[in-house]
Amino acid sequence: MNSLLQRIIRLRWWILTFLGIIAFTIFAGDFRLDPTTAIFAATLRHSTPLVLGALCGMLCERSGVINIGIEGQMLMSAFVGFSVTSTTSSLYLGVAAGLACGMLMGAALGGLTVSLQGDQIIAGTVLNIAALGLTSFLYTPGETIHSKTPRIDIGPLADIPVIGTIFFSNQPLTYFSLLLVGIIWYALFKTTWGLRTRAIGEHPSAAETVGVSVAKMRYLNLIIGGGIAGLAGAYLSLEAVGSFERNMTNGKGFVALAVMIFGRWNPVGAWGAALLFGYTNAIQTQFQFRGWLTGHPQFIGMIPFIVTIVVLAGFVGKARAPAAIGQPYTRE
Amino acid sequence: MSTQQAPLALEAEGICKKFGTLVANDEVNLKVEKGQIHALLGENGAGKSTLVNILFGLYKADQGEVRISGEKVEMNSPHDAINNKIGMVHQHFQLVPVLSVTENIVLGDEPTSKGGALDFEKAAAEVSELGKRYGLEVDPRAIVEDLPIGYQQRVEILRSLYRQADVLILDEPTAVLTPQETDHLLDVLRGLAAEGVSIIFITHKLREVLAIADQVTVMRQGKVVGSTDPKETNEEGLAEMMVGRSVVLRVAKSEATPGDTILSIKDLNVLDDRSQPALRDFSLDVQKGEIFGIAGVEGNGQRELVEAITGLRSAVSGSILMNGKEMSGSTAREISEEGISHIPENREKHGLVGPHSVADNLVLNRYFHSPFASRGIRQTTAINDEASHLVEKFDVRTASIHNPARTLSGGNKQKVIAARELSHDSELLLAAQPTRGIDVGSIEFIHQQLVNQRDSGVAVLLVSAELDEILSLSDRIGVIYQGQLVAIAPTEEFTRTQIGRLMTSGSD
Repeated sequence: MNSLLQRIIRLRWWILTFLGIIAFTIFAGDFRLDPTTAIFAATLRHSTPLVLGALCGMLCERSGVINIGIEGQMLMSAFVGFSVTSTTSSLYLGVAAGLACGMLMGAALGGLTVSLQGDQIIAGTVLNIAALGLTSFLYTPGETIHSKTPRIDIGPLADIPVIGTIFFSNQPLTYFSLLLVGIIWYALFKTTWGLRTRAIGEHPSAAETVGVSVAKMRYLNLIIGGGIAGLAGAYLSLEAVGSFERNMTNGKGFVALAVMIFGRWNPVGAWGAALLFGYTNAIQTQFQFRGWLTGHPQFIGMIPFIVTIVVLAGFVGKARAPAAIGQPYTRE
Repeated sequence: MSTQQAPLALEAEGICKKFGTLVANDEVNLKVEKGQIHALLGENGAGKSTLVNILFGLYKADQGEVRISGEKVEMNSPHDAINNKIGMVHQHFQLVPVLSVTENIVLGDEPTSKGGALDFEKAAAEVSELGKRYGLEVDPRAIVEDLPIGYQQRVEILRSLYRQADVLILDEPTAVLTPQETDHLLDVLRGLAAEGVSIIFITHKLREVLAIADQVTVMRQGKVVGSTDPKETNEEGLAEMMVGRSVVLRVAKSEATPGDTILSIKDLNVLDDRSQPALRDFSLDVQKGEIFGIAGVEGNGQRELVEAITGLRSAVSGSILMNGKEMSGSTAREISEEGISHIPENREKHGLVGPHSVADNLVLNRYFHSPFASRGIRQTTAINDEASHLVEKFDVRTASIHNPARTLSGGNKQKVIAARELSHDSELLLAAQPTRGIDVGSIEFIHQQLVNQRDSGVAVLLVSAELDEILSLSDRIGVIYQGQLVAIAPTEEFTRTQIGRLMTSGSD
């Protein structure tokens, strides 16, 4: 009982923030149930690509490779997934193609940073520029797909008021992203693979002297991470929007990095952070609906980025990145 | 005992290794019996580390072969060495700081439960059990970076024992330990040897060789110059084998002629990194032309004292007067310009800019002055001339003054720092652990330089954990205990045991 109280005291700022957000949302929703529920449901949807991007960044950085190419991986996969669905009319094939494309981009990043020992920031930038250029060049306006990924209600759970609408009436990739948060958390902190991943991100030569192959582990992480970023891309074109637009990621890959840092390289933390950023997006729509700040729409658009700046400026100092990120590893 | 008949635990024969034009190992032979403690002795750059790195698979030998229990083995990576039951405790620990003790020990060879998950409980129990068995107790759940150095070393040793090493290589294990920790380590090693583990032990400290080794192999300039039973020799004999000439372990120096007070510290209070008092109302005077030695067990405020004088740490209260001028609150640059030279305790971190050239490091305290810079433009010719001159004068062994400083051996790094600090026009020289972890030849050289500085009228403040160094160099000694000087007197008025008691209990 006592420890519960201590926990509450320790987490008081988070609890207050959480209650504040709920109170503000009810106010913004004009004290009616439907718009309030809608804001929270939108929060979850907006957070999906961010949490997937953050998980990708986390797998890479935990193994010692900075991936600022998440944006490019997402954009390329969004395009490939959309094109495949548009050609084959199969959403499954589209999502699979997005996943494969992300994995390939991850392998490419591995080639540049692990095999060629290139600078990780430049390698990531290469992916971003390549993705933007290629997708803009190859995209044919007017291509369409028939439908987005379908919404799935999870049986009676979906009928629970408020909670059911928010959590149990979503599209497949949104569910899968929630599942992935748990899977990646377990893998990172409870399995042999996770221990080795964390070790090579902190002190690669220590891992190498006990027989862990740094190169192999980094490739593995970059490819899995790339696949997750690919799903984020597929989410954007096949689940959220239902079409492809030039530069449709619009900085989400970078916001995902902020989410990862804010979540302190921990999947559960990143999920919480992604919800906060998702919320800033979701609330924008409600601002417009209520007619607030309509004279200055640019301010509404700024909200997510202002939150990014505040969060990064205020919290980065307290978070500690894996020690070996950014440095190519060479055996002596 | 018929050890002659039993196969050798480890045998290296005809090992050759070249780095560019440098011959690091030249036809090196090493024979280690089962259960033997085998000391490997030699100056820095003699090729000891190269040899053990070959034995551990970190380097590949150009020629020669390694046999384990009589069988020839190929060592291409540390993984091969581990599979051949060779373990190594590195000089720079190969531990992941943010992981727990258990995670570090089992990494790469983890026990798993059903479903592929890491079985942490089982691993922790095993670590605890190993620790108890060998007298290396350490909390299996502790995070490595929170542990003191001595305990981190235990983790390194346990990691090899966890992999059931038959041969344990320790690269200068005592360089980072306090005297008590060293004694404990030596006990542990004796216990391991008694269980049949063969131990290869690299050290600079002759006393340890004599205390523990069953056999000692001495290397010089990449070659084995001899292998002997330490019982048949003494410190002087070993030192001579190492450097190839007789070594003056006692420093020849004349009577000091102290002059005016240069440095005067009054009631200084300084906090340590955890904001606990490190120096408490500390007072000290150092005079021109004397060496004042600060003796003490490490962690009694020595580091904070040096940092406070050099402006790297701010004082809570009190004054530091240099020639009567208040220095506390001044920046490190201002203090250096006032005539204080500093040979820092941690040469890698505070003494050198590793990736920069030897030449740049040699002018690090003067690069902004004429003739090394003119209106903000660096004068390469002047810098190179000065660097070549200093490299020659201080016998720094480097292929080129343009090589990165980090590529030098420990002794040569220290010579670079000494060359820079001693050629700086100074009135006070602060030397913190000036000979830590360097070879006998370099120690002798640095000691002579400190005495020369004294004789030319510089006030020298020597901080060292080596009591022998304090006793042989100092004109006056102050014993520091819990942030205060508990005794100050001319060296001849102290006995060794008296200082020992003062260091450990604050009173005699």
